Amino acid sequence: MDRLERLGDLLFNVEIIVDTLPVLFTEGLLITLIISVGGMLIGLVAGTVLAMIGVSQRWWVRLPSRIFVDLFRGLPAILVIFLVGFGLPAAGFRPFGREVIAYATLALGIIATAYVTEILRAGIQSVDKGQMEAARSLGMSRLEALWLVVVPQGFRRVLPPLTNEFIALTKDSSLVFILGLTLGERDLFRIGQQTATQTGNMSGLIAAGLFYLAITIPLTRIVNYMDTRMREGRPVAAKELPTTAEVS
Amino acid sequence: MNATDTADAVPRVALKGLSKTFGHFDVLTGIDLEIRAGEVVCVIGPSGSGKSTMLRCVNLLEVPTSGSVEIDGIDITGRKVDINTVRSRVGMVFQQFNLFPHMTALRNVTLALRRVRGMSKEDAGEVARKSLAQVGLADKAGSRPAQLSGGQQQRVAIARALAMDPEVMLFDEVTSALDPELIKGVLRVMTDLAEAGMTMMVVTHEMGFAREVADRVIFMDAGAIVEAGSPSEMFDHPRTERLQNYLAEVL
Repeated sequence: MDRLERLGDLLFNVEIIVDTLPVLFTEGLLITLIISVGGMLIGLVAGTVLAMIGVSQRWWVRLPSRIFVDLFRGLPAILVIFLVGFGLPAAGFRPFGREVIAYATLALGIIATAYVTEILRAGIQSVDKGQMEAARSLGMSRLEALWLVVVPQGFRRVLPPLTNEFIALTKDSSLVFILGLTLGERDLFRIGQQTATQTGNMSGLIAAGLFYLAITIPLTRIVNYMDTRMREGRPVAAKELPTTAEVS
Repeated sequence: MNATDTADAVPRVALKGLSKTFGHFDVLTGIDLEIRAGEVVCVIGPSGSGKSTMLRCVNLLEVPTSGSVEIDGIDITGRKVDINTVRSRVGMVFQQFNLFPHMTALRNVTLALRRVRGMSKEDAGEVARKSLAQVGLADKAGSRPAQLSGGQQQRVAIARALAMDPEVMLFDEVTSALDPELIKGVLRVMTDLAEAGMTMMVVTHEMGFAREVADRVIFMDAGAIVEAGSPSEMFDHPRTERLQNYLAEVL
């Protein structure tokens, strides 16, 4: 009984949790969101470009996209974060000066780009080829047709996996602690971890975990909702979906 | 336009020795065909006979293995030719409509007007509304494809091609995916177009339409043109056994 109580206190010490919440909210949440949302934005922009390159009919155009994806999907996130955060500045590339958060965001952006590229490429390729043909038959260039007709449809179809990628990225953002975040640039995990070492109690980490869950659980719900809706159609279903081109 | 004058000089569409091979399979084996401006040519024949492939060669959705495709006397298979410009002058309507599902009917029509023709939003909108009215769907400009019936979707697709003011319209089995009750409206629009003097190549299984609207009917089998003639020659007095057998099966 005594041990159970100790365990309860070790994880759920209300005092420590309440004490940690304000700094988690004002500092940690902001930094975590900057890194993961910023990384995702980089991923969406660069991933769209790489995905369009990745569906080219010429192998040597596809090649750089392929290599990028294989590299950064195949490497552990922590290795990429370390390489970008320490490697770049050490090699003399300091585009962001000493702003650790910027390097962290770039690192996550690179990782996100690899995954988004692969997700979007699948989305683009799932669009009926009649769409490309119709656009080309009207005189649009392949690139125009991709950008205006195919990509928007493909994008919609892969919104659930893209959201999943954002969830994964938010969790991976905790790995940037290895860059040695100082006061004012600590993310949720770093604050939780520091509180844990200072107090000798895990409750700070639990408090940080609550913040991650507050982000990830609603997003998971949204993914599930989108999935169901895409399988079963809109709540007020359009009755006529007579062609394969229409199935979304 | 002096359609009849120019028609004598240069055919609107000329296929010369057109061949297409997929792997080891010869889909087209040397097609020669000339279509005058304003002529309506219906192409019939069993599935797999190469009808659609021939049609798709006219705007180079399929690239011929050999032979040439000329539009108004210009070989569009040539290296110097800007294929996008050529395609913008050749309208195509597909079996599966291929409307852009994420855009309204109006935007389906204005997209290429703005992107390819470089029209302003207002001008493109005006042209698009006119073509939608032409296919009887002026009131559906704001609808998404999913909100339209198959027949309406196909008419929007016709309006989309028509808005580009094409030299020739290609119809690739455009009623084959439609429920029977929706076919009539689409054929009506096509008949109107034919009467308005549009040059049309129509791959179809609608023998009634071919008989009534076509100036000339082409019968294809195994990648070649087997027989060609006026509708009455073709349907009432077929000369070849293959056409006789085909008609016996479909009529």
